Amino acid sequence: MKNATSKVIRKNKAQILESWMKYQLTDEDLRDDLMNMEELHGQSEQLLDSFLNALESGNMNDINAREFEPIRDTLGEISVMRARRGYSPRETGTFVLSLKQSLFDALEKEFKSQPEILYKEIILVNNLLDSLSIFTFETFIKGREEVILRQTDEINEISTPVIRVWEGILALPIIGTLDSARTQIVMENLLQEIVATGSSIAILDISGVPAVDSLVAQHLIKTVSATRLMGAECIISGIRAEIAQTIVHLGIDLSNIKTKASLASALRLAYDMMGVEVKKMDRRSKISLL
Amino acid sequence: MDRIPILKMGPFLLVTIQVDLYDRLALNLENDLITMVSKTEAKGVLIDISAVSIVDSFMGRILGNIASMSRIMDAETVVVGMQPAVAITLVELGLTLQGVHTALNVEKGMELLQNKIGLNLLNQEEYQEPADDTDL
Repeated sequence: MKNATSKVIRKNKAQILESWMKYQLTDEDLRDDLMNMEELHGQSEQLLDSFLNALESGNMNDINAREFEPIRDTLGEISVMRARRGYSPRETGTFVLSLKQSLFDALEKEFKSQPEILYKEIILVNNLLDSLSIFTFETFIKGREEVILRQTDEINEISTPVIRVWEGILALPIIGTLDSARTQIVMENLLQEIVATGSSIAILDISGVPAVDSLVAQHLIKTVSATRLMGAECIISGIRAEIAQTIVHLGIDLSNIKTKASLASALRLAYDMMGVEVKKMDRRSKISLL
Repeated sequence: MDRIPILKMGPFLLVTIQVDLYDRLALNLENDLITMVSKTEAKGVLIDISAVSIVDSFMGRILGNIASMSRIMDAETVVVGMQPAVAITLVELGLTLQGVHTALNVEKGMELLQNKIGLNLLNQEEYQEPADDTDL
């Protein structure tokens, strides 16, 4: 069953495409540096084709139907790509919504003398394009979220290195806020590294942690307890003056945990605990060795 | 009934848990171990849980119990070889096993026990050899 709109589109396809392109370009926010004209033209033509095919199948209401699959795929592809390239949601939305205007123009020209049909068809097209634009927004945001998730993963991976500073001593500089998810990653990395290297001392350096509240302290205590259960000692270092103040004001009890102000003093303590002595070499004895 | 073997090594008792502990088994272990401590007058108990991958609050409590009971009977308890996942689980359950000593592996655990009871291997050999002679 073919409906009036699809016939009109079929007849005036070239014109509609042209006016659609014009509407897209008149939007003053469009940044033509992000995409070239041929690409935009290609995308628009592809979308109009699949829209026409979907309309000709007779389904005018449900964009989740099988006939709309190609158009959903195309739209999804375009919006995810735009999300990755840094388009604004407005630009992506305009892409679909400006098709509305050019379709209305074509319909108006065709059914000028039959206002009833014109009204019906415009409502139909309107609804359809509205749901399509909502779908576009959805996929656009999904694309953005994927980017954010990927970046979070990357930050997590980068920000929790476990460094072997000496035989049996591990250091773990923590940079950025400690939330539950990161604590989990830090803990897992640290414990796995303790098993892998057989280290008996771990230094947790928090000089890169901007603020310590009771939750962060709770996470630190958890990490220290887990390390202790594994059979290794944990020293917390890099406690700045403000952090010491907050910890005391919040009434957090860190008395069971070894704490040091700097990584250097923590390392010294670790050497003491392992019975390692580090001392300056006498210059003369060095020369005699040479 | 399944039992976990308890080995006597000098003044210490060595328990290696090779299977996942279920409640009955853990209770038996607690019982057997304390009986052995009193029978052999052991100075230290070393529990190797490197093969245990699943732990619950009951198992955590049993470990704590063994440690407390042993201490009353003048023996130190060392738990060695805990898996990272097990350690995280116990911490999340709020069981930090206060009063239980821990070590990375059996070797380090033995060292720790020897330090704890103020003995070292050399002294002990010197002490034991003349004892053997008199027996002969």
